[in-house]
Amino acid sequence: MDEMVFLAMTGAKQTEYAQAINSNNLANISTTGFRADLHSFSSAPIDGPGIDSRINAVVDSYGTDFTEGAVSTTGRSLDIAVEGDGFIAVQGPDGEEAYTRAGDLRINGGGLLSTGAGHLVMGDRGPVAIPPNSSLLIGGDGTISLQPLGQGPETLAIVDRIKLVNPDRGQLQKGSDGLLRLPDGETADPDASVRILSGALEQSNVNIAKTLVNMIELSRQYEMQVNVIKTAEENADVASQMMRLGG
Amino acid sequence: MTQALWIAKTGLDAQQTRMAVVSNNLANVNTTGFKQSRVVFEDLLYQTIRQPGGQTSQDTELPSGMNLGTGVRVVATEKLFSQGSILQTDNALDVAIKGRGFFQVLMPDGDPAYTRDGAFQRNSEGDLVTASGYVVQPSINIPDGAQTITIGGDGVVTVKLPGIPTPTQVGTLETVDFINPVGLQPIGENLFIETSSSGAPAQGTPGLNGLGSLASGALEGSNVNVVAELVNMIETQRAYEMNSKAISTSDQMMQYLNNNL
Repeated sequence: MDEMVFLAMTGAKQTEYAQAINSNNLANISTTGFRADLHSFSSAPIDGPGIDSRINAVVDSYGTDFTEGAVSTTGRSLDIAVEGDGFIAVQGPDGEEAYTRAGDLRINGGGLLSTGAGHLVMGDRGPVAIPPNSSLLIGGDGTISLQPLGQGPETLAIVDRIKLVNPDRGQLQKGSDGLLRLPDGETADPDASVRILSGALEQSNVNIAKTLVNMIELSRQYEMQVNVIKTAEENADVASQMMRLGG
Repeated sequence: MTQALWIAKTGLDAQQTRMAVVSNNLANVNTTGFKQSRVVFEDLLYQTIRQPGGQTSQDTELPSGMNLGTGVRVVATEKLFSQGSILQTDNALDVAIKGRGFFQVLMPDGDPAYTRDGAFQRNSEGDLVTASGYVVQPSINIPDGAQTITIGGDGVVTVKLPGIPTPTQVGTLETVDFINPVGLQPIGENLFIETSSSGAPAQGTPGLNGLGSLASGALEGSNVNVVAELVNMIETQRAYEMNSKAISTSDQMMQYLNNNL
């Protein structure tokens, strides 16, 4: 009996976790460049004496959904969207290199290029510094050219190139800050084949229909686990009544 | 209690903020020199429930772990300093900046503030002031009896006085520029103030060193894109509904638990 109630309890708890992952995707439906988290259930058998009847269901966030999000044009020269595979290299809060698809760039008070969330964008030689300019253009390969302030269009200067990478996606893991990283502090090499689109932003890739269906499914799954707990309780009730009659 | 409930709540909060920003943009669609804002969303901290790569035995490790995201937040509302449309008004004291730059005004507390709103007027002493009555810096006094006022593209203000055949120069409008205008803090009344993120103001002559030249007899309209804002509004509303759906689902799950055990 106790196996049954604890198995169902674990199932219910793990379903709550899965629902949390699903709700997080839904909450980030408007977050630029957000990559949805995937979840799956796996079985975790408990070995021991007796019959192996106890198999817990455990939820895994088995990775990140890397399908492309819809691209919307903004016309702002500092908005970039990665076309196809690839990532923008940024400096995470820990100083280590990390990767993101969020290309809502801006220039911070120190004149450094950063993402909307405030992470510094990496160039060929560390963070990209943007001198005062009257117009700025980000090319398809991440090259930043600009017209220095107070000079004519003939003085167009190339300042740096945004580091674009395309590491093995299976290796990338989402950190606690939502940035993607390679394991063991490895960094990816720049990849010249990654293309970006300037004046556009990539939306979140959360699939609304799928997420809502998941939500319903998880909710029903939860109810089933609760039903099992209830049945276990009823079984226990009947058992204790029988004992009473016997006594 | 359940994470899902609180995660969905962050989604509602964020969409609510976005709706406020969209409404503010739409409300200011006719505000001179207004710059539209945009919200920047960021996913919140991820909790690691099971660490990926954790050792399951001496030689094996977990291929995947469990990271629970905790929702979304609005990390910034940034102003987009694109040029607004130039509207001809033919009022001699209306000035629009074509390109970079801000007019500097003196607040009543003695601090400077910056604006793109060039709908200037004269106060009782003849000084050039904004619609709120703040004196434009450097101050320009237009003497009594001035018949015509001309503001040049480089900011030179000349007036035609009775009895004097040639125009008299009474001052020069200067504009200031910032390394990062997005870092300026909007304080209302079409004004911005300097922050550590915007950098220090660099004063200059309009039309030189990258500063935009002035267009007199014209005003800069709001740069709000009405169509884009309406689309934003639809998207915001639907996203809000979906997050509230997540809340009601979490609620139903708990209700089922309560009713059946």
